Amino acid sequence: MNSPARIEATGWGWRYAGRRSPAVRDVTFRIEPGERVLLLGASGAGKSTLLAGIAGLLGGDDEGELTGRITVDGQRPEMQRGRVGLVLQDPDAGVVLSRVGDDVAFGCENLGVPASEIPTRVSEALDAVGLDVAPDRATAQLSGGQKQRLAIAGVLAMRPGVLLLDEPTANLDPDGVHEVRAAVEHAVTAANATLIVIEHRTQVWADLMTRVIVLDADGGLLADGPPDEVFARSGTPLAAAGVWVPGHDVDLPLLQTVGDAAPVLSARALAVSRDGRRPVRTGLSFDVPDAAATVITGPNGVGKSTLALTLAGLLPEFAGDVVSAIDMAGRRGRRPSRWRSRELLTRIGTVFQEPEHQFLAQTVRDELLVGPHALRLDTAMANRVVDELLERLGLASLARANPFTLSGGQKRRLSVATVLATGPRVVVLDEPTFGQDRLGWISLVQLLQEEIGRGTAVVTVTHDEGVAQHLGGRRLALVADESVEGVAA
Amino acid sequence: MSILTDQGPARSTAAPALEREAWLDGVNPATKILLALVLSIPLLASIDPVSALVAVGLQLLCVPLTGLRLRRVLARLLPILLVAPIAGVSMLLYADPGGRVYATFWHATISDASIALAVAVGVRVLALALPTILLFGRTDAIDLAAALAQIVHLPARFVLGVLAGTRMLGLFLDDWRQMELARRARGVGDSGAVRRFLSMAFVLLVFAVRRGTKLATAMEARGFGAPGVRTWAHRSQLHARDAVALAGGVVLIALALAVAVWAGTFRFVWS
Repeated sequence: MNSPARIEATGWGWRYAGRRSPAVRDVTFRIEPGERVLLLGASGAGKSTLLAGIAGLLGGDDEGELTGRITVDGQRPEMQRGRVGLVLQDPDAGVVLSRVGDDVAFGCENLGVPASEIPTRVSEALDAVGLDVAPDRATAQLSGGQKQRLAIAGVLAMRPGVLLLDEPTANLDPDGVHEVRAAVEHAVTAANATLIVIEHRTQVWADLMTRVIVLDADGGLLADGPPDEVFARSGTPLAAAGVWVPGHDVDLPLLQTVGDAAPVLSARALAVSRDGRRPVRTGLSFDVPDAAATVITGPNGVGKSTLALTLAGLLPEFAGDVVSAIDMAGRRGRRPSRWRSRELLTRIGTVFQEPEHQFLAQTVRDELLVGPHALRLDTAMANRVVDELLERLGLASLARANPFTLSGGQKRRLSVATVLATGPRVVVLDEPTFGQDRLGWISLVQLLQEEIGRGTAVVTVTHDEGVAQHLGGRRLALVADESVEGVAA
Repeated sequence: MSILTDQGPARSTAAPALEREAWLDGVNPATKILLALVLSIPLLASIDPVSALVAVGLQLLCVPLTGLRLRRVLARLLPILLVAPIAGVSMLLYADPGGRVYATFWHATISDASIALAVAVGVRVLALALPTILLFGRTDAIDLAAALAQIVHLPARFVLGVLAGTRMLGLFLDDWRQMELARRARGVGDSGAVRRFLSMAFVLLVFAVRRGTKLATAMEARGFGAPGVRTWAHRSQLHARDAVALAGGVVLIALALAVAVWAGTFRFVWS
C-alpha cells in the first residue's frame, strides 16, 4: 500500500510567460501526510496554478518564471510522476479514452505498472469511487457526476500519495455533487492519501476537511487553520472575495410566486426533440407568465435544455406547439419557431449555457452592438443602449477587451447583456449560475430580479435551489419518470 | 412504434452486450491493415469488370465472418454506390474511343471501349471500398491503437495522442450545433451564411486549441509521457488466425485475378 505524501511550499510563486504580474506569490505552508485541505481564495488568486505547481505540471522556463520551491516528500514534484494525482474541473476534460476500463488503466500504463497488476487496480479504483458500470461501457454515455468519479478513479489507480481536486463539483447538478462528495470521502480513506480540494461551495466540503488554506490575491496566505476557526475569523472577507462561507447568506429579496397571470408564451401538448427524430419529452402543456420568472427544474437528461431552446423559438416543436401572446406575433404568426432570426431579438432572447457559443465580435462593446445593429437602430440610439448596459453590468472598464479573454463571471454577465441590449419581452436562460462563485451568483440573480421588475418574463433552467427561491414566479418541475409527462405548477 | 424503440437510447447501451463475437474480431487490427492492402493493391494493377466483380462477390460471401449485418454493410456502401457512377461517367465520356461509337460531342465520345471502361472503373471503386468496410466496420479504435503501437511499433505518444484527440470530435459537433442556434438567437441567422460559417469555423478553432491544451494537461496529470517504459493493459498479439485470415485474403484476390485471366478480360493498367 502507498503512504500519504507531505507537501511543502517555501516562498513559492509562479508568473506565466507573457503576463506582467505573477499568478501566485510568496506562498509558504507545510501540509502533513493525511491532512485534508480546502484551498480557497478569490477568483484569480491563483488556486489552480498552485495545484498545477504541486502536480508538477507547470512546465519549464519557457512557460513561466518560478520563485521559491514546492516539494512532495522532500523532492521536486516533476520527479514524482504518479505520486500526485490531479483531477480537473471540467468533467469532459478529465476523460481520456472512450471505454471506462481503458480510461482508468491509462495512468497505470503510463507509469509502467505490470499488465498483470492493472486489472486489480482498475477494479479497486472503480470500487473506491462507487462507479458500478461495466469496464467496456462507453465513457461518452456517463453523466457528469459519473465522469468526474471516473476521472478520480483514473487518478486513484495510479496509487497517488496526494489527491488534488480542482473544483470537482462546480459543473455538476445536485445529484452529481452528492455522488462526487461521497466518492471522494470514501476514496481518500481507501487510498490513504493526502487531499487538497479547491471549491467555492464550502458547505459541501467543510465537514470532510481538517484544514482550510486561503490564498490572498495580493500574494501570501489570507488565512490558514481548522475550518471553524478560519470561517469565524475570516468569514466576511472570504464572502466578499466570492467564497460561499457557511452562515453568510445572500442579501437579496425573495420574489413572490405567481398563480394566474397573463401568459406571454403557451405550450400546448408540446413534444420537444434535440435532433428532430426522437422526442426527449412529450405531452407538455403550460403557460409562461408575463413579468415573472418561470423556473424549470429536474434531473439530468430529462429534456430541460431542449425545452428551453424550443420555448425560445430556436428548435422547432416536435409535436404540439408553442404560441406567443397575440401582441407578440411576428410576420409569420404566433409560433416563435417560425419567426425570422431578427424578429426574435425584441421578442425572445436566449442566454446559452456556454457563453462563448454566442459571442460574435472582437470587443465587448461590439458584442453588445450586434443586436442593436441587427435591429437597424441608428448609431446614437445604439450607443446609448450599449453605454447604459456597460454601466449597469459593471463591464464599462472592459468595453475594449476581447470577450474570449474575460473571466467566467464576466463572460456570463456579457452574454446576458447582449440579450438585454435588444429589450426582449422574454429572456430564456440555461443554467445561468453554473460554475459561478458567490459574487458572480449574486450579480446575476440581482440582474434577473431587476429584469422581472421591469416587466420581462424570465424563463430559466436551473439545478440551483437558491435561484428558484430568489426568482419566485412559477416552478416547472420535470420528472424523470416517463409516466408523469405533465408539469407541476 | 417499433422504429422508435429500435432507435431509442436503450439500444446503444444494450446492443454491444448482445452482439456475438465474430470470427474476424479475433484477427489483430494490424493484420487487418495488411489484409486491406492485399485485397486492394492487386486490383489497382488491372482494369476489367470481371476481377472486380469476382472480388466483390467473394468478399460479400465473407460477410458472416465479420459479424456485420448485410443491411449495415449495404448502408455503409451507399455513399460509395453514389460516388462510383461519377468515376464511371468520366470514363464513359473521355476514355480513348474504340469499337462502335454511339455519340460524340465536344471532346466526349461514348464508344464500346469507353462503356466497358466505365463499368470496370465503377465496379472497381466498390471493390476497393468494400474490404475497408468489412475489415474495420467493427474494429475498436483502442484495439487499433494498441496494435499500431505494439505490433507495428509506431510511437505510443503519437498513437495515443491521436486516439484521445478523436474523442473530441463529438464535442465539436455539439459546439457547432449550439453556435448555429446561438446565431439565430442573436438576430444574425437570416442571411450571410458564408460569413457566418467562417466566423463559426474560427471560434471552433479556438475551442479546439483550448480543448487540446486541457486534454494534454489531463493526460500529463496521469503520467502520460513519463520517463520509463509504458505498459499495456491489453496485449495486442498475433495468433494462428491472423495467418489464416491473411492466407484467405491472398487466395481471394488470386482467385479474382485468375478468373479474369481465364475469361480473357485481364488487362494491366498500363497496357
